[in-house]
Amino acid sequence: MSDVVLDVQNLRVEFPTRKGVLTAVDDISLQIRRGEILGMVGESGAGKSMTGMSILGLLEPPGRIAVGTIHLSGDRIDNLDDRGMQAVRGRRIGAIFQDPLTSLNPLFRVGDQLVETIRLHTDLDRTGARERAKDLMREVGIPAVEERIDSYPHQFSGGMRQRIVIALALCAEPELIVADEPTTALDVSIQAQITALLKRLCRERGTAVMLVTHDMGVIAETADRVAVMYAGRLAEIGSVDDLVRRPRHPYTTGLMGSIPSLRREVEELQMIPGSMPRLNAIPKGCAFNPRCSHAGARCRQEVPRIPDTATTGAACWLAQTGTTVTQGEPA
Amino acid sequence: MTLRQNAILEVDALERRFDVSAPWLNRLIERKPRRTLRAVDGVDFVIKRGQTLALVGESGCGKSTIAKLVTGLHAPSGGKISFYGDRDRLQMIFQDPFASLNPRWRVARIIAEPLRTLRPETPAAEVSARVDELLRTVGLAPADGLKFPHEFSGGQRQRISIARALAGEPEFLVCDEPTSALDVSVQAQVLNLMKRLQKEMDLTYLFISHDLSVVRHMADVIAVMYLGRIVEIQPTADLFDNPLHPYTRLLLDTIPDLEAPCRDRSPMVGEVPSPVSPPPGCSFHPRCPLAFDRCRSERPQRRASVHNRRVACFAAEEGSSDVQ
Repeated sequence: MSDVVLDVQNLRVEFPTRKGVLTAVDDISLQIRRGEILGMVGESGAGKSMTGMSILGLLEPPGRIAVGTIHLSGDRIDNLDDRGMQAVRGRRIGAIFQDPLTSLNPLFRVGDQLVETIRLHTDLDRTGARERAKDLMREVGIPAVEERIDSYPHQFSGGMRQRIVIALALCAEPELIVADEPTTALDVSIQAQITALLKRLCRERGTAVMLVTHDMGVIAETADRVAVMYAGRLAEIGSVDDLVRRPRHPYTTGLMGSIPSLRREVEELQMIPGSMPRLNAIPKGCAFNPRCSHAGARCRQEVPRIPDTATTGAACWLAQTGTTVTQGEPA
Repeated sequence: MTLRQNAILEVDALERRFDVSAPWLNRLIERKPRRTLRAVDGVDFVIKRGQTLALVGESGCGKSTIAKLVTGLHAPSGGKISFYGDRDRLQMIFQDPFASLNPRWRVARIIAEPLRTLRPETPAAEVSARVDELLRTVGLAPADGLKFPHEFSGGQRQRISIARALAGEPEFLVCDEPTSALDVSVQAQVLNLMKRLQKEMDLTYLFISHDLSVVRHMADVIAVMYLGRIVEIQPTADLFDNPLHPYTRLLLDTIPDLEAPCRDRSPMVGEVPSPVSPPPGCSFHPRCPLAFDRCRSERPQRRASVHNRRVACFAAEEGSSDVQ
């Protein structure tokens, strides 16, 4: 399969601490194809950003990839040294982070930041790079490019700044973009503009996108497939449509039920009792079992795995044995 | 405006301006003019006892300023706030449960603070019994009172904030984005708790949020704000069934809908203009698909003749006269 851009196999990220080794990402396998947007969703601390960071090679020490491989279009990238990774990051993998103000250098004009990045990754000269910067700014929808190219980041609004960050990520025409909460700091009307932009760029250029967010709405709107993470593990992976309409993992079901609906009124929202375990206290067996109303003996002993992560599946013993998982009664 | 029956809070032509001028010397040397930001620009609404009024809008629309005006943390620059209740029984829940609890105090002391301030004569034994009861009410254990805030998750901290707000036996709670900092499954727990408490204690909420789906779940009446003004105010069901203002419509259309995934929509164009120099006329006209000449020069008001004071929009006025 040549159109697989990102192939992550059995990724495990560990943080050695004084009190023992914490596993932030536990046996994650996933693939993203050309032109596909994979949404990574989960609550804070579920390990979704950590997965994105390990793909970018930006894990903060002492964090490290303990097990597993990451391939980018067939080339292994998880074992590269710093210099090797620098050649990949920016050129072959673009990154978009949550806060557009901290992703840009406040002391340089946005045009110069774009030109610098373009010249670093391509062999264009100064004039050529500037033309390319203008093209990119136009492509991400910045009006009056000729005037705006010499502005400083603080002279842009939040939405416009995020467009600049996207333009920066696109400089070297990467195969993959990792977007970590790209719309969280933005208002809804601006959020919709940015997700529409990401979607269009991905479609036109065939870029694969990993979209990390806690917002199920953004995922439903933007992604083709979704991976749901819980306590460092993949709970469920599948097409957006399947996950929203026919969730198979009780956690996904609970997550969907706890989102207030715009369409109808409910007296009480569904709740998942309790909260996600901390990394130093992940229960034996399925990490979700203490909060799951269907948990049986096997769930408390054995860790469920997704049989075939390439396509679709749920890490749940009940779902795998064909038991229909209904929504738990509101506690 | 006459006193409506059963009103607990009545806000009339409320204004709050902030001076955002450059420092005096800069103004003198660079001849810069004084600049004012109208954060709240002529807002009126009424909240009835036992109800929830929600203020929704994007950042910078003035919704949090209204919360601060109502609780008295800011003084109004104009207009009137009439509170027909006991001022001591008005409490507030803040957005960030990490910043609103004193990290050096144990939880029991945090929760007891309003009690000790408002009713200093309460005997110590009674205070601690009350704290235990409050902790149980919000779904925590009395033993949690001995811990410090950092030992709790975001959702649990917000429960502590709620317990503290309840300590003074409030009748009116101002909730400024109480769940925005929380994950969805935790948000559901807190929202359910707030609804249950409202029913049990007959509380009135002024609920501030940017999330229309949360507001739909919580509010009886929704006021949509844009650049310091209320552009539309309607009972919740009516607002969702029949949004009158073009901004509300676009806002409803913009929100990702879980029940219709992967749809392609045309997002709202443009951005919220700066409140320091709002556009003349209706402040929404540069982004409005229905704007015509009158919108660019004249400021629309909510009129009794137009949908019973529910909307401030010339297009909606014309629409309603067509129907009549």
